[in-house]
Amino acid sequence: MTALEIAAAVRAGERSAVDVLNEHLARIDDRDGELNAFNVVTADAARAEAEGVDAAVAAGDDPGPLAGVPLALKDNMCTRGIPTTCSSKILEGWQPPYDATVVTRLRAAGAVAVGKTNLDEFAMGSSTENSAFGPTRNPLDISRVPGGSSGGTAASVAANFTPLGIGSDTGGSIRQPAAFCGVVGMKPTYGVVSRYGLIAFASSLDQIGPFANSVADAAAMFDVIAGPDPLDSTSIRDYSPDASAVLDRGVDGLRVGVIRELSGGEGSVDGLSADVLARTNEAVEVLRAAGAIVSEVSVPSATLGLSAYYLVAPAEASSNLARYDGVRYGLRVDAPTTGEMNTASRTAGFGPEVKRRIMLGTYALSAGYYDAFYGKALKVRTMMLRDFAQAYENVDVLVTPTAPTTAFRLGERTADPMTMYVNDVCTIPSNLTGHPGISVPFGVGDDGMPVGVQVLAPALGDELTFQVAAVLEATASGGVS
Amino acid sequence: MTDFVAPASTDDTPIEPTLPGGWELVVGLEVHVELDTATKLFCGCANQFGSEPNTNVCPTCLGLPGSLPVMNETAVALAMRLGRALGCDVNRSVMARKNYFYLDMPKDFQTTQYDQPTNSDGKIELGDGFVVGIERAHIEEDTGKSTHVGGGGRINDAEYSLVDYNRAGVPLVEIVSRPDVRTIEHAKAYVEELRGILLATGVSDARMEEGSMRVDANVSVRPHGSDELRTRCEIKNINSVRSLGRAIDYEARRHIDLWTNAGAPDQETRHWDEEGGRTTSGRSKEDADDYRYFQEPDLVPLEPSSEEIAAIDASMPMLPAARRAALLAASDADADAIGILVERGQDELAMVAIDSGADGDKVVTRLVNDLAVDDWSNVTAESFTALIQMESAGDLSATQAKQVLGDLIEKGGDPAALAAARGFEAMDTGELESLVDQLIADHPDEWSRFSRGDDGDRKKMQGFFTGQIMKATQGQADGKAVAQLLAQKSA
Repeated sequence: MTALEIAAAVRAGERSAVDVLNEHLARIDDRDGELNAFNVVTADAARAEAEGVDAAVAAGDDPGPLAGVPLALKDNMCTRGIPTTCSSKILEGWQPPYDATVVTRLRAAGAVAVGKTNLDEFAMGSSTENSAFGPTRNPLDISRVPGGSSGGTAASVAANFTPLGIGSDTGGSIRQPAAFCGVVGMKPTYGVVSRYGLIAFASSLDQIGPFANSVADAAAMFDVIAGPDPLDSTSIRDYSPDASAVLDRGVDGLRVGVIRELSGGEGSVDGLSADVLARTNEAVEVLRAAGAIVSEVSVPSATLGLSAYYLVAPAEASSNLARYDGVRYGLRVDAPTTGEMNTASRTAGFGPEVKRRIMLGTYALSAGYYDAFYGKALKVRTMMLRDFAQAYENVDVLVTPTAPTTAFRLGERTADPMTMYVNDVCTIPSNLTGHPGISVPFGVGDDGMPVGVQVLAPALGDELTFQVAAVLEATASGGVS
Repeated sequence: MTDFVAPASTDDTPIEPTLPGGWELVVGLEVHVELDTATKLFCGCANQFGSEPNTNVCPTCLGLPGSLPVMNETAVALAMRLGRALGCDVNRSVMARKNYFYLDMPKDFQTTQYDQPTNSDGKIELGDGFVVGIERAHIEEDTGKSTHVGGGGRINDAEYSLVDYNRAGVPLVEIVSRPDVRTIEHAKAYVEELRGILLATGVSDARMEEGSMRVDANVSVRPHGSDELRTRCEIKNINSVRSLGRAIDYEARRHIDLWTNAGAPDQETRHWDEEGGRTTSGRSKEDADDYRYFQEPDLVPLEPSSEEIAAIDASMPMLPAARRAALLAASDADADAIGILVERGQDELAMVAIDSGADGDKVVTRLVNDLAVDDWSNVTAESFTALIQMESAGDLSATQAKQVLGDLIEKGGDPAALAAARGFEAMDTGELESLVDQLIADHPDEWSRFSRGDDGDRKKMQGFFTGQIMKATQGQADGKAVAQLLAQKSA
């Protein structure tokens, strides 16, 4: 059952939210031992919420558009009274005294949060292997990674532990795991979904978005979480989208661009695998057949995105993660002086990838290096905004692979960080520009694992990404490959 | 490194522009003021001094994971108001993060402004016309307050530290002067003048003793006549204007001693030790700060419109310098006395009284001498003016007027009623004349010394007769009228 089907049945009083929940909890019980999607399952709190939904229905009230739909929350979303760890030892024992805005909104819409999902520590990674609580496995092949950093949420949705999940995307952390697990994942325009209560990795890039098994479910969830929030100063004031309303509009007459630099051809970045490129090309042909006007566009700075990202994101992270110093909450390792206590706590609390990025970012911001590194990365960001603006003069949306390859095997890329970092080459540009992007499953690769195709749009083109994805989904589920 | 020891400064003796040995003092001042807002800079917690520790806190000002700042618009408005009062350009500005670890700073970075401050390029004109340039006045958040217990009472040798985060996130403006000050008197006058502007604009209550105004001094010296800027030291922990003078004096002498005998001082932060009368080294050079500033991604730029700035200008009250000039023009009184009145905020009383026809010099003198009290809130411009008018009309003697003013300070009200309550009534001129005639008859020797003696005799005897009259009338007689009668009768 899709999320929308469950909500419809619960709202109509045909199914009880508690029954729906129990069914999903049973699946988690059954299989999460091998997948490790959840850091914590809050079954009792979920039952209380589900009972509340059923009581509302019984009283004749409408519990909301996601009534009784089980929901997985990435464990970097603050949840009141429930441990929120970022899959890091440094936050050991910490329970937020407040809920993230998305959590509040989803609950108000009737969704039932069942637990907190695993992630790469502080969302730094592309495989969910950088977790203090062990890796999450891909439900479609447990020898493979689910992608990351929102790997736990992607796995939860793919394994049907929950029809819906919440992730965060700083360089592709929603879209890439969605592609690897064969589900829909969407990163909204920066500022469309409130970041209040999202534990920051890189504040100017982080954005929360939906995971679902269908474009329609993802759109319904997006509609609930999107919209202005006075608690987030970067929240866009006058934009309250209704993506669900545009899903059947098709692509007739729509101008679709293919980015030369992400096409695998001449002038393209390296490392895009042939099967993934083949599926992407097929997706473009599907859109053409549906009436879209296809052209190739050039976004020269797209090739610089990876370098710029690995300066901007670590720089902001080095500052955002300074507060984990052992003074106020989380892990404290005692030492004779405050400074030594800070160092001992951080040394014990952070994993190697987090330390690597804090070092990178600290260096990039340091006196004498700022201009050469962080300053230059900001210039690339500006160039990229200009290049994309130019591209969008001629096209309405852009289509690219979501990730260069299908899901790889656990341990395959942990030895060399660079091979892991290139995973994000197609997703990073929209974080640097703040533009929206969606990954929709489109066939499988040579290894039988799902391929994700990415649809990008200019700022506030969020609804359009869902509209185009719906067309691809209709064909893909018809069995193109 | 051993600190320079003595000669410790024991008084306020100023270093003149030309120091012993031909040295000149160069001082820049950095003043932090807490803005007078109801809530903190980025959250809804109360901006309140003296609450129980850690009671005015929330996820945002505690920097809890996932929390976000929301800019306090009142704080921004006050900061821009101060900027305009200092003659600054008010710019499009952005917040920045200043990264360093300290236990009383919840996020381990301070949200402040760096290369794009809200206010830049202003000035303060001191009472004597000396102008101190203002480089910038930027918005930032305050830190918490830590108390290091046991050991030497410093962070690294204490047994434990207690941290109060009530102050964390309190809105501040830091006003950075250019290194224009050359004398201790000007440094002190700068702080007093700034304080006057802060009070006049309502930007801050500017209480040094409560820490809502904190002054750091950047001190260096150079050979007189040179225009170089030599190594400076930043002196912190200065708790009063008097300490500011002592600290600069000590530090300048320390620099001169070093330059003369040992070479360049280290550029460092130093702490003023009030009891020891000296500065001590703060941080060692190994901790050379690299704050890794970058733009705060959680906040959007502040972009005041020209209409907003025009509205600030239109609502700007008269500032101390203009008030001094106005009172000087109206009264022709002593500039120092006028400065005192403006500082006390009593210049409006003087202006209203003078406008009603009272003598300017007299009004200023009366206020300076007789209204030197902390609480004069019961005295209004109307009641003070009425009192002055009664005095100049001869309805009250100077002594009586002073007593009535005392009543006004204490309980306020109508001076005529207060005078009547004390039984003060204007003395009839005829009655006074017959008293004078009687006195002359009773004291012929004194009278002859008054009417025929030299100037000295005449002065002495005028005092004698006036005293006798006052005694006989219990101070009710008007001294001026007595003098007039004596002059008439001796002519």
